[in-house]
Amino acid sequence: MAKSIFSSLFQNAQKRNRTVSFLIVIIAYAVLESMMRSGNLSSLFTSLLVPMTCYIVAAIGLNLNVGISGELNLGQAGFMSVGAFTGVSISGLLANTVPNDTVRLIIAIISGIVAAAIFGLIIGVPVLKLQGDYLAIVTLAFGQILKSIITNIYFGFDSAGLHFSFVENKTSLLPGGKMLMNGPMGATGTNKISNFTTGVILILLSLIVVYNLMDSKSGRAIMAARDNRIAAESTGIPILSTKMLSFLVSACLGGAAGALYGLNYSTLVPAKFDFNTSILILVYVVLGGLGNMTGTIIATIVLVLLPEFLRSMQDYRMLIYAIVLILIMILTNNEDLKVRMSRFSLKSILMRKKG
Amino acid sequence: MDSNTRNEAVLKVDGLGIDFGGLTAVNNFAMSIKHKEIAGLIGPNGAGKTTVFNMLTKVYKPSRGTIVFCGQDTANLSIVEMSKLGIARTFQNIRLFSKLSVLDNVKCGFHQSITYSPLDAIFKTPRYRREEHEVDRKSRELLKVFNLSNEADVVAASLPYGGQRRLEIARALATSPRLLLLDEPAAGMNPQETEDLMNMIRTVRDKFEISILLIEHDMKLVMGICERITVLNYGMTLAEGTPEEIQSNPEVVKAYLGE
Ligand SMILES: Nc1ncnc2c1ncn2[C@@H]1O[C@H](COP(=O)(O)OP(=O)(O)OP(=O)(O)O)[C@@H](O)[C@H]1O
Ligand SMILES: [Mg+2]
Repeated sequence: MAKSIFSSLFQNAQKRNRTVSFLIVIIAYAVLESMMRSGNLSSLFTSLLVPMTCYIVAAIGLNLNVGISGELNLGQAGFMSVGAFTGVSISGLLANTVPNDTVRLIIAIISGIVAAAIFGLIIGVPVLKLQGDYLAIVTLAFGQILKSIITNIYFGFDSAGLHFSFVENKTSLLPGGKMLMNGPMGATGTNKISNFTTGVILILLSLIVVYNLMDSKSGRAIMAARDNRIAAESTGIPILSTKMLSFLVSACLGGAAGALYGLNYSTLVPAKFDFNTSILILVYVVLGGLGNMTGTIIATIVLVLLPEFLRSMQDYRMLIYAIVLILIMILTNNEDLKVRMSRFSLKSILMRKKG
Repeated sequence: MDSNTRNEAVLKVDGLGIDFGGLTAVNNFAMSIKHKEIAGLIGPNGAGKTTVFNMLTKVYKPSRGTIVFCGQDTANLSIVEMSKLGIARTFQNIRLFSKLSVLDNVKCGFHQSITYSPLDAIFKTPRYRREEHEVDRKSRELLKVFNLSNEADVVAASLPYGGQRRLEIARALATSPRLLLLDEPAAGMNPQETEDLMNMIRTVRDKFEISILLIEHDMKLVMGICERITVLNYGMTLAEGTPEEIQSNPEVVKAYLGE
């Protein structure tokens, strides 16, 4: 079958970008994991690996919602929070019944996803009827309200069963009981069961989910609704359920990331998932390029690790951080630059020689 | 389709009207279209032609009147439900999914006919593969009809103007409509392209066995292919009839053709 040059270029670019994203994750994993095993990674650096994978997963989800669906969602930290405290609580509850850490971690992550999905559904219905700035404001408010609520939850269990109270700690547990959530102090005494490998697997699964959705009627509908709402509806694409899907997938990945994050620390305060965290994830998405998952992964890796690399440079740290931010922005989002760079790619040089 | 439905009107509009604030844009509009008929809607600029299309597809909710499509009253239906029912359209100011490929634009038209769920897509189940394969085949077939096969994988926005208009028709047909609404399909086309378009519209009607209602300022095209014509002026029906009747109607000539 004869295909035009145009078509093969277009398809290859997209396919290549996807392959690259998997390769980056796998190669980075191989290098970092082997460095860690041979003791060549500082403890500080090692401690950043799991949070880094969490932010990547949350950012991949958000990029579906913000980059591909085109909704300005400022509540991703809220969904991480839901996932984190659900995951930590479930893991705490199951500590004795499910002694295997890996199994418990998987159960915790799945519960985090389910909880985030429920919250996503509840706020999605009213929120997705709004557009543009309004949606941004409501998702922002969602994050803040959720933080306030979680700050006031006291939740524990003992031999008599579960104990829950709101606003004030009136739960006095029997001996042998355990508080899972402690108001503003959050979750304490958590068993740290997260690990880098699980984080990397989660990234790969997130990529598969997002890429496979993009290749389906759902992905086309998401992009159609973004490009032209009225034309999409006239073509038989329901806007609300289409936007809901991208919002929910984003929320679920946020929830999964949150659960992994929460189970990486012995204590976790609700204030961790504030507005700044939502903005931080949004920065990874925007700098990596809207709709560009490979870019998101690279931007997140660089921006999570960079401050630590620069620690020795004290005074210049923020200056260099800012310069790198600007450089990433130019490299990943500048169309002119992309075209100019592609001229120097091996393929185009070969083609020029032939032609 | 039995002879009974063939003689019955596909679309029957009565007393249709809409107000924007104090302004009455369309009032007491009536028309009916038969199976496999090509009908025209003409009138001076601002007469309310596009507004009629927007009401037929429920982009605007009519203030008054009834739209009966294939025997079904459509009073409470949404834009999406009108599409499901079998009305498809193109837009005066082209509305493509500009960042999607030409092929994907057409595939979007098959949205309602695809039955697999997002989970099928995530796990790439056999059902997903089967349906996607089928949609791909049918979409490429449609592109062939509209001479867009070579551009299947380019971004829709990069198509030349005429190509974009043809792509809009292809996408509309992908929803397997019974009535196709074309809003100034020949706008911006040169005489040769317009000639090709006329043939294409006839081919579409015969191949897909659908009714077509088109808005057009190009009188040669309208008189050449329409079997019935409705003339709209200041939001009201001025005349209705065959091309010959319309051309010899003194009121129409005064209001419109004479300019
Ligand atoms: N959403 C709207 N709000 C207010 N007025 C509107 C709206 N849509 C259309 N109108 C008015 O309705 C009238 C008819 O407009 P319409 O676009 O239907 O004209 P038309 O016959 O398609 O003209 P043209 O040949 O220029 O496309 C115009 O006066 C227009 O200003
Ligand atoms: Mg118009």
